[in-house]
Amino acid sequence: MFRNQYDTDVTTWSPTGRLFQVEYAMEAVKQGSAAIGLRSRSHVVLACVNKAQSELSSHQRKIFKVDDHIGVAIAGLTADGRVLSRYMRSESINHSFTYESPLPVGRLVVRLADKAQVCTQRSWKRPYGVGLLVGGLDESGAHLYYNCPSGNYFEYQAFAIGSRSQAAKTYLERRFESFKESSREELIKDAILAIRETLQGETLKSSLCTVSVLGVDEPFHFLDQESIQKVIDTFEKVPEEEEDAGEGEAEPEAAAGTAEQGGSGDQDVAPMEM
Amino acid sequence: MTFTIPIDNGDAVKNAEADSQRTLYPYVTGTSIVAIKYKDGVLMASDMGGSYGSTLRYKNIERIKAIGKHSLLGASGEISDFQEILRYLDELILNDNMWDDGNSLGPKEVHNYLTRVMYNRRNKFNPLWNTLVLGGVKKGKSYLGMVSMIGVSFEDNHVATGFGNHLARPILRDEWHADLSFEDGVKLLEKCMRVLLYRDRSAINKFQIAKITEEGVTISQPYSLTTFWEFQAFHNPTAGAQGSW
Repeated sequence: MFRNQYDTDVTTWSPTGRLFQVEYAMEAVKQGSAAIGLRSRSHVVLACVNKAQSELSSHQRKIFKVDDHIGVAIAGLTADGRVLSRYMRSESINHSFTYESPLPVGRLVVRLADKAQVCTQRSWKRPYGVGLLVGGLDESGAHLYYNCPSGNYFEYQAFAIGSRSQAAKTYLERRFESFKESSREELIKDAILAIRETLQGETLKSSLCTVSVLGVDEPFHFLDQESIQKVIDTFEKVPEEEEDAGEGEAEPEAAAGTAEQGGSGDQDVAPMEM
Repeated sequence: MTFTIPIDNGDAVKNAEADSQRTLYPYVTGTSIVAIKYKDGVLMASDMGGSYGSTLRYKNIERIKAIGKHSLLGASGEISDFQEILRYLDELILNDNMWDDGNSLGPKEVHNYLTRVMYNRRNKFNPLWNTLVLGGVKKGKSYLGMVSMIGVSFEDNHVATGFGNHLARPILRDEWHADLSFEDGVKLLEKCMRVLLYRDRSAINKFQIAKITEEGVTISQPYSLTTFWEFQAFHNPTAGAQGSW
């Protein structure tokens, strides 16, 4: 995208019918580190890559619990994401208070989208620079939505956003048809494998990713390091049958070894880990 | 900083003009509602009377109404406040339907919404002078609850309002059991309504029984119960009170 004379204001249309500021906001989403969501009939898994500003700092929180039955993963301007998560929590708890019943995720997503749309139609505002993967339950089961800075929202079986998300999307596209009937464990494994695709060569360790699950009989919660590492161990030691045949026998074992130490070491360094 | 002198009618407790706007006493009232859970859902009974003080003025008031697809609302107390509540619920259900997304408000949600409304009005010293009974079925689960004018709310297998609390609930405590058939449920309710007809001076002999199941709501046509007045005690009512005034 190149600079042009129609991109200064969000309230200026281009002659070809585009709002460039909104599109630039969507670019901001692509700068954030990857976030992935997948769903089956009864469960939703949200996973993300833990990116830290520097070796000294802890990584940014990208997955938030909105309610027992709704979680959100963000990519882009984390500050905007935090504000929107707070809005979602507020809407959810207000609904629970009035109706003693969980807010259907589809209705929350529409409110979120309408809130984002406002920022595309006011000269004194700017669009939110964050994409949200909202996973949650309602009467018809588990759902996964993607909310865009443009104010659009889409429902997905599986999706990935953020930098290098295309690799994850390619993986998910190959496998998504089976997700509907997947078990909880298969879904989690697929999520972690999709995360691995975005790392492109970097060894996958449990300290590098955060994984959260929610389901019909399972309130939203994060998986602890050990559980994630166990899933990683089931595929990291075996040479890949898929196209990623680059890793030899010796490397995965060494990687698994350092993963063990690296994992526990990282736990000391990054207290922000869930 | 500008200072404004408050001249609104907001303070319902102290402001004399606001006084005429808030509910102080009820005028046209309905008497008891009795409701029970049964095998397929919930049964609710009420008479069709609206009293104006001690006068039985209105004899065709429907005090049980369907709310959405899943709920029944019965009310005793001020009839105009009941109509106001029906307007609130109409708007609530309408907005719920407009989402058109496969989700709908069930009886639990409606009951809690009403609890919030009643309690909020009570806090502003402007109550809706009703005791409400909310029954319904959603996804196979029956629900029966009650809210009073001060916002006290609870669920139970059988509920009654007003005089029904004193006359009908003892009968229900003894004779209600889970999985009542429709016929047994109606018989039980009629037993309660008959007692209320004999003993509650604001009851009239014109009833409606409403049923709600997974399929939907049915409110019966008005009908009367048979009564028996030939009890010995009625022949000579003061027999046991010789010598007293």
